[in-house]
Amino acid sequence: MRVLNKITLLFAMLLVSTLSFAQEPASSSDFMRQSGRIYVVVGVILIILLGLVLYLVRLDRKISKLEKNHNS
Amino acid sequence: MYKSWWKILSVALLVYTVIAGLLGNVPQKPALDETIRNLYFHVCMWFAMMILFTISVIYSIRYLRTLDHKFDVYARQFAVVGILFGVLGYATGALWMSYTWADPNKPFLEKFSGFAREPKLVGAAIALLIYFAYLVLRDSVNDIDKRARISAVYNIFAYAMLFPFIWILPRLMESLHPGGEGGNPALDPRHTDSNMRMVFYPAIIGWTLLGVWITTLKIRVSLLKEKMLTGDLLKKSAE
Repeated sequence: MRVLNKITLLFAMLLVSTLSFAQEPASSSDFMRQSGRIYVVVGVILIILLGLVLYLVRLDRKISKLEKNHNS
Repeated sequence: MYKSWWKILSVALLVYTVIAGLLGNVPQKPALDETIRNLYFHVCMWFAMMILFTISVIYSIRYLRTLDHKFDVYARQFAVVGILFGVLGYATGALWMSYTWADPNKPFLEKFSGFAREPKLVGAAIALLIYFAYLVLRDSVNDIDKRARISAVYNIFAYAMLFPFIWILPRLMESLHPGGEGGNPALDPRHTDSNMRMVFYPAIIGWTLLGVWITTLKIRVSLLKEKMLTGDLLKKSAE
């Protein structure tokens, strides 16, 4: 398998394992989870994280282009 | 620096950390409750900082052995991003502390009278200040080779100082950090269970790889800038 496929498989398996987390709530501080709002927090953080990652990817490509132009 | 597999791995691990970190089960500890999830974020910042500083000092030593200028650039950038992660770790720790250790019965300004009795806070501050001094030292020397040599030697001492201030002294003293009395000054291994470790170890790798990615971008920009500048100078002198 190509390396990228291996990474994707690893990631998919890690995500699947989170299904095992669906056990009964541990204490009263599960308010966020019981009211379903914890998913909002997860979504917000993911948006921020992916936004930053996209910025890094853009930066990476820009630098690669500059390096290619300069070395040619 | 140019391969992308480890960058994709970093993003995948971080997404996993956020999802599993917030939705997974955690042991409910007194005073900490759900905030123990910060393990995947605040503590990972410090781990990433240590790893980045280690890489930085390795490149400093390699510079001293080979006098190859690019190792000096690598060492500096790894130290810079390490400092960034350290500052983030400090800031997140301050926020976390204000919700867990601070005495809720005292008015706001008096809540943190316990601050000075936390050896790791002071120790980490000193360690970071030593690395800030590394940056100041670099900027104070004009000659490129002298700057690289002096700062490489300083980097080795700065790295060595991390250990007494962050690892050794806090273990000898009482600490507010969980498990502090006589035990592990950062985290009592009895407080984490295997559920948490399943997220914690990938999180360390994910955050560290992110730090390495940012560092490689800074290194490439720095080297490119140097090449462009010398290229322009050569062109100008040829005219």
